[in-house]
Amino acid sequence: MVIEKPKPRPPAKRRAVPDRDRCVACGACEAVCPRGAIKVWKGSYSVVDASRCVGCGLCARECPASVIAIEVIA
Amino acid sequence: MKQHWYNYLWICSVLYFALGFFNILFAWLGLISFFLPLIFAIGKGSKGFCNRYCDRGQLLRMLGNQKGFSRKKDMPDWMKGKAFRYGFLLFFLTMFVSMLLRTWQVSTGAATLRETVTLFWTFQVPWHFASPAGATPWVAQFTFGLYSLMLTSAILGILTMLLYKPRSWCVYCPMGTMTQLICRAKAGDSDAEKKPMP
Repeated sequence: MVIEKPKPRPPAKRRAVPDRDRCVACGACEAVCPRGAIKVWKGSYSVVDASRCVGCGLCARECPASVIAIEVIA
Repeated sequence: MKQHWYNYLWICSVLYFALGFFNILFAWLGLISFFLPLIFAIGKGSKGFCNRYCDRGQLLRMLGNQKGFSRKKDMPDWMKGKAFRYGFLLFFLTMFVSMLLRTWQVSTGAATLRETVTLFWTFQVPWHFASPAGATPWVAQFTFGLYSLMLTSAILGILTMLLYKPRSWCVYCPMGTMTQLICRAKAGDSDAEKKPMP
C-alpha cells in the first residue's frame, strides 16, 4: 500500500496595498523591500509592482504612517 | 539588509550636533538639510533626499531598526493626519521667519546677540561656550537660531522614534511635507485617489 503524502497547500497570495492619499512618500518601504517591488512614485506616494510583490509585509511593518495594508488576493 | 553608503549618512547628524557644541558657526551647515530636499523636489520632482540621503532619516532608521530602540507601535491617528502635518509645517515656517526677523534685528542693532539655544521654542539653554569670538553678531544669531531649530526637531524625532515607528519623524517632518506638496504639484497629482496606477 502506498501512502500518499498530503499535497502542500499553496500559500495564500498576498500583496502590499499602500493608501496613496495618506502616504507621506518617505521611502521607508522602498528601503526595506527585499524584492524592489515598492517605489516612491515621483515623490508623491508609494506604488507596488504587483508582479514582484510577494506580500511579505516588511514594508507594512516599517511604514511610519501605517498606510500599507497586506491584502489577500484570490 | 544590504548596507549602502548612504546608510551611514547618520554620521553627518552626529557630527553636526557635536561640532555645534564646540563652535556654533558649524550650524550653518544645517542649511544643507533645507536646500538639498528642495533642489531634489523642484529640480527632479523627487523625494530622493528623504528616500535615501537624509541624514536624520538614516539616524532614526539606524537607532530604531538596527539598534532596536524603537517600540515600533503605530503613531496616533491625529499625528498622521493632514491637519497636523500641514499645521506643523506652518508652525515651523513661522518659527523660521521669526528666526530670520531676529537675525535682521541683530544686524540692524535693534536687538542684541543672544548666546542661547532655544529648545522647543521656549527653553533658553546657555550656549555661550560655543559662541564664536569675533564673528559678526547677525551671523552668530542666525546660526544659534538654526541650531535651536535643528536640535529641537532632532529631539522630537528621537522621541517619536522611541515611542512609535523608527521613522515617525518623516510623517510630520516639515521639509518632507513641503517637498511632497511640491512633488505632487509637479506630478499634476494633488488628488491622488482619482488617478489610475502609473
